[in-house]
Amino acid sequence: MTVANMLNLTASPALSILIWIVLFLAALYFARRPFHRAVMSFSKIIYNAMRFTSASVLSAEKRLARRNREVLMSAGLENAERIVEREFDRIAAAVTRDLESYPNVHRQLSEVITKLDEDYTESADVPPSLPNWMPIIESIAKIKHTGDSMVANMLSEINRSLNDQHKKAIEDYRNSTASRHAILNKMMPFWRKVEKSLASILKSITNIKKRSKTVDRYMDEYEQIRSKSDRAARALSTSSLTQFAIAGLVLLIAIGGAIINFNLIALPMSEMVGGASYIGPYKTSDVAGLVIILVELTMGLFLMESLRITRLFPIIGAMDDKMRRRMVIITFTLLAILAGVESALAFMRDRIAHDMEALRQTLAGAEQVGLTNSMIPMVGQMVMGFILPFALAFVAIPLESFVTSSRTVLGALVAWLLRMFAFLLRLLGNVGFYAGRFIVNVYDLAIFPAIWLERVVLGSKSKKLDLLAAERPEDSPLIEEAVDIDSFDKTLEIKEQQE
Amino acid sequence: MKKRFALAIVLFILMAGCTDTKSRSTGVYMLLDTSGTYAVELKKAQKILNYLLGVLAPGDTLAVARIDTGSFSEKDIVAKVTFDERPSVANNQKRAFMQQIDTFVSSVKGSPYTDISGGILQAIEYLNEAGSGKKYILIFSDLKEELAKGYKRDIPFQLPDYNIIALNVTKLRGDNIDPKEYMARVEDWRSKVEKGGGEWGMINDLERLDNIFTN
Repeated sequence: MTVANMLNLTASPALSILIWIVLFLAALYFARRPFHRAVMSFSKIIYNAMRFTSASVLSAEKRLARRNREVLMSAGLENAERIVEREFDRIAAAVTRDLESYPNVHRQLSEVITKLDEDYTESADVPPSLPNWMPIIESIAKIKHTGDSMVANMLSEINRSLNDQHKKAIEDYRNSTASRHAILNKMMPFWRKVEKSLASILKSITNIKKRSKTVDRYMDEYEQIRSKSDRAARALSTSSLTQFAIAGLVLLIAIGGAIINFNLIALPMSEMVGGASYIGPYKTSDVAGLVIILVELTMGLFLMESLRITRLFPIIGAMDDKMRRRMVIITFTLLAILAGVESALAFMRDRIAHDMEALRQTLAGAEQVGLTNSMIPMVGQMVMGFILPFALAFVAIPLESFVTSSRTVLGALVAWLLRMFAFLLRLLGNVGFYAGRFIVNVYDLAIFPAIWLERVVLGSKSKKLDLLAAERPEDSPLIEEAVDIDSFDKTLEIKEQQE
Repeated sequence: MKKRFALAIVLFILMAGCTDTKSRSTGVYMLLDTSGTYAVELKKAQKILNYLLGVLAPGDTLAVARIDTGSFSEKDIVAKVTFDERPSVANNQKRAFMQQIDTFVSSVKGSPYTDISGGILQAIEYLNEAGSGKKYILIFSDLKEELAKGYKRDIPFQLPDYNIIALNVTKLRGDNIDPKEYMARVEDWRSKVEKGGGEWGMINDLERLDNIFTN
């Protein structure tokens, strides 16, 4: 008995097909409720799983955001502390420079003022007056003589003496005035000195006032960061992004410099360590050149640390000043030696390149033309070889900024990714749930004759139930499920808010 | 425990880095046909050698041997050198090598027979001893082998990792009449090389010498 024979229930194939359709619809109708439950359970599983995962991801994102904020605030605090500390150092230096010598200035001022006082007193001395007997003589001299020659002579003598005395008195007065003017004239430099000292004191005081205002401003910022205000967080976040971008750019430039430096020393290194040996897949000479550059970078890093310009290694910053100074000397010396080595390698590179070019021209059978004997390229390469290590030493500064800012920037990036992931999970959950409902509706659509028949049969029993069913095409269990899920949504939302 | 683990990792990295014993040097053995009909072409060979001297790096090996009546002999090696690892010394070696070739080309005498197979066997022996990573045998010849009576060269070549490149394969008078002869000659050498596990190549345009090291 074949399958075709089994399917043919009657002689008429059309009737057989009809019977089979009816049987199939009946089977689907009886399986409707379990199928609905299975599909809805499955969609609910997807929905719940996605929502739970999403909530958990969001919770992780919030924890990360909190951690980012803490890192940001901590970095901001450290930076603000560093700036305030630097301002205090500057104030201390200014006070030491300007006000340390204040007692000296004060003493000088006192001395100058005493001198001025003495000069003033001296300049105030009255000129010597005429002798007391002068008015008597003046009155005698004014007596009119009667023509006696002796009296006339005597009176004329007295008059002459009087005139002489007058002249002398005027002369004395003039001399006295001139000497007083001279004294006053001598006082001018002292006045200027006083003015200068006072101006310098005023400048110092103004400078300190200005710095104190700057410190006040920084302290305000510091207080805001300490209070962990949103404004401070926004400002720090923007600052961190800017730092990240700028430091990244400078690091790229530094990498370019390092590559040029590498090319400058890779060829002559083959003269020192051989050009045919390999470490792994890399030429030993290339590795040696790279090691030299990396050692230079490391020395630069230590130098900057020892100078307390960067703070990547707290252990170096915490050393006592004597030890730090020693480290500065050692690292700077090593850097200078390496710069010298690079300069020598650059010289060697020029010689090798010159030799290779000469050989190439010989092999090509051409005369050796175009080979310049000028010293300029060689000196240029040597200078570059000497300067680049010192220039690379400053990479420590952008490196520190990059490392510090990358913590917050990467944290923010990961937080954003987590948010996106949570959104996707929620979306998937909803898609899963509504896909379940869609499948249920499609199922009902496929067996609509059976459902219609059910309504017709049950209609006589309860018209109310039919009317209700006609208003709500969805199956009642589905609505219940949906209600359940809505309440679940609310629960989740409340839970998220609580978190 | 942690210290031991760290030490093991460091040792592993060092070993992985330093145990790379594979040779990266290039070994080139050039056979120059000095038979009567071909000896006039040697000026071109000199240009090829100059090109090779220009591109070979410190640590590489270069040898030039003549193809004559019996080429399976060290006596047929005209000049050989393994360049020093220092570029400056290698440059001096290249200059000396160039002079040796100049002397040879100016004083070479044509040979009555052409033993190419013997030259290849000698090249294999030499390059295997040199231990080069990449091995090239350049045959500057018209590929017309003529062995003297009594010479036997029916030995199959062992040429794994070898690149055999024929240079300046000139057409003989008979080839012009019947090109099949030329094609058969080239094909014969190709099959011999490929049977031995080698890679076959041919460059007739000497402006395209950079194709030698493309493999």
